[in-house]
Amino acid sequence: MKANKLFIAPAVACLAASLAAGTVQAKEVVVRIGHAGPLSGPAAAFGKDGENGARLAIEDANAKKLQIGGDTVKFELVSEDDQADPRTATTVAQRLTDAGVKGVVGHVTSGASVPAARIYENAGIPMITPSSTSPKLTQQGYKMTFRVIANDLQQGNALGKYAVEQLKATRIAVIDDRTAYGQGLADAFANAVKAAGGQVVGREFTNDKATDFMAILTKVRAANPDVVFYGGMDAQSGPLTRQMKQLGLTAKFLTGDGGCTGEMIKMAGDALSATTYCTQAGIPLDKMPGGAAFRTEFKQRYGSDIHVYAPYSYDATMALIEAMKVANSVEPAKYQPALKALNAQGVTGPLAFDQSGDIKGGAITVYNFSGGRWAPLQTLQ
Amino acid sequence: METLLQQTLNGLVAGSIYALVALGYTMVYGILGLINFAHGEIVMVGALVALQTILFLSSAVPGLPPLVLLLAGVVVAVPACMALGYLIERIGYRRLRNAPRLAPLITAIGVSFLLQTLAMIIWGREFHVFPQLIDTAPMQPVAGVVVSPMQIFTIVVAFTLMGGLMLLVNKSRLGRAMRATAENHRVAGLMGINANGVIAATFIIGSGLAALAGVLFASNYAIAHYSMGFTPGLKAFTAAVLGGIGNLPGAMVGGLVLGLVESFGAGYIEHLSFGFLNSSYQDIFAFMILGAVLIFRPSGLLGERVADRA
Repeated sequence: MKANKLFIAPAVACLAASLAAGTVQAKEVVVRIGHAGPLSGPAAAFGKDGENGARLAIEDANAKKLQIGGDTVKFELVSEDDQADPRTATTVAQRLTDAGVKGVVGHVTSGASVPAARIYENAGIPMITPSSTSPKLTQQGYKMTFRVIANDLQQGNALGKYAVEQLKATRIAVIDDRTAYGQGLADAFANAVKAAGGQVVGREFTNDKATDFMAILTKVRAANPDVVFYGGMDAQSGPLTRQMKQLGLTAKFLTGDGGCTGEMIKMAGDALSATTYCTQAGIPLDKMPGGAAFRTEFKQRYGSDIHVYAPYSYDATMALIEAMKVANSVEPAKYQPALKALNAQGVTGPLAFDQSGDIKGGAITVYNFSGGRWAPLQTLQ
Repeated sequence: METLLQQTLNGLVAGSIYALVALGYTMVYGILGLINFAHGEIVMVGALVALQTILFLSSAVPGLPPLVLLLAGVVVAVPACMALGYLIERIGYRRLRNAPRLAPLITAIGVSFLLQTLAMIIWGREFHVFPQLIDTAPMQPVAGVVVSPMQIFTIVVAFTLMGGLMLLVNKSRLGRAMRATAENHRVAGLMGINANGVIAATFIIGSGLAALAGVLFASNYAIAHYSMGFTPGLKAFTAAVLGGIGNLPGAMVGGLVLGLVESFGAGYIEHLSFGFLNSSYQDIFAFMILGAVLIFRPSGLLGERVADRA
């Protein structure tokens, strides 16, 4: 009874091959999956990377001719440009829900993800961000918000433990820039230090427009720390490390992903050394369980290299599809519980979510400055 | 004790840069009664023009000694800023000389936005690294206190310039004309002083000092950015008010006091408030001092004349 569907003219053309084989039993349904991220503006490279990852996952899934709810499912990617802008993000989120997507991969930046999450929540469509790390995203108490990358709190925690356990630091000074990001990271770090048995000997503050840190660094120096942690961005951590050197403060320097950039290397100049550490959420491609294969596949498909988050966006898409398979339904209300309880293996590692929708045991990689770049040292789970 | 000395030194470095910028605010205010909010942007333009010159020269003529590069940067940046200061006065403020006081004030804010946006278009949004051409390696004259040649250079240059300006204003013919114009520019005009020329000279001198302050600031912190002038501009304005706006020695004292207060504020506010406040209140601490001074001395530390022009 389903076979008559095959005689609809357009379907005949594209399914000629399978017809010839005579294996098609089920009818084909199209399931749209949204992707949202910046495709223009300064962060466009990240958005394009995410889109490429999601498209690759969808092509892989389509090649398998998945059967969900008795139908052969053909996934289709609907990609939107949110310009990394909060307001555009809500417009785009509305457009995606109107287009009838069954799940969304995105958004890419935290500033866009946080406001957009509300629209998906109200529409009852799950979103999985591949790259937004703001803790606020999953603290909104939404059922439909998921993320496949470690958040800033997990990053601060991992770094705090690392400082005490691996760097054997006992006296630690903590500085932050009083922004939501910097303060959140620094507080999580300080708590983890105390929990691991380290001592916070100084807690200083600056702001995200400051250039002069001499006064607070002089105070920090008087406390004689062996590690200085900074929660904030590269535009401050660069001059800050220079001024540490200028004051003869030789403590090790740790910072989060805001300082784990090429900009930081440029701004800090010769103040960086092998005892300057930073972290990135996630895991370097080479260390991912499916990293090598993914690199080859990606290169073959797009002819370019992975920027950063494509594997995460691939996994986010796969998590959606996997949950649909487990629930045997493409309807968000039916497969959302399966997503919550997901236990799958992705390219980047195990995919399982905690109560708030954050990835369980999200990886954090510690880098140090070596040979003129950030070299991965160790991945913490 | 070492920490106290170190904080004093930190304060002196920041303070001498504030003082240089504050002079520009106070000179213009003294003569025109105008708060030239665009003055902070001149600091930024000075730093970025010097940066551009240094980058150009070091790629065009490799192997130049660092001091020559820095000097070349200054030699280009100072006249460029002087010209800019003159243009701002000539185009922006001169026509409004007899307009209500709010008109030039709003114009000044507009010029500030204009300069920032232009700089953003020319030099981009990113942070630039300003080469530290004078050594910043720490030396230890006293155990526990470190000072770099760059810091000494900053303080020496700032004090030399301030001394030079005092000489100019108090001893030279131009200085006498400036003081006369400050008293009353209409009467000065009747006495045969070219008031427009004197006012233009004031802007030119102030802008030159701002350009040097910009180069010192950028060299100290190895940073140059289109919005870098805003914060030092605001701080210097505060310093000028603290010292008594319109009063030259007041601006110098105000700048140094503000630098020291900030430094000590960040360093000691936690002890002074028994752990209740911390270094995130360092800016508030500086403004509390300003408030306290203005309550007891409404005309600032060294200011004498208050609201004598309406």
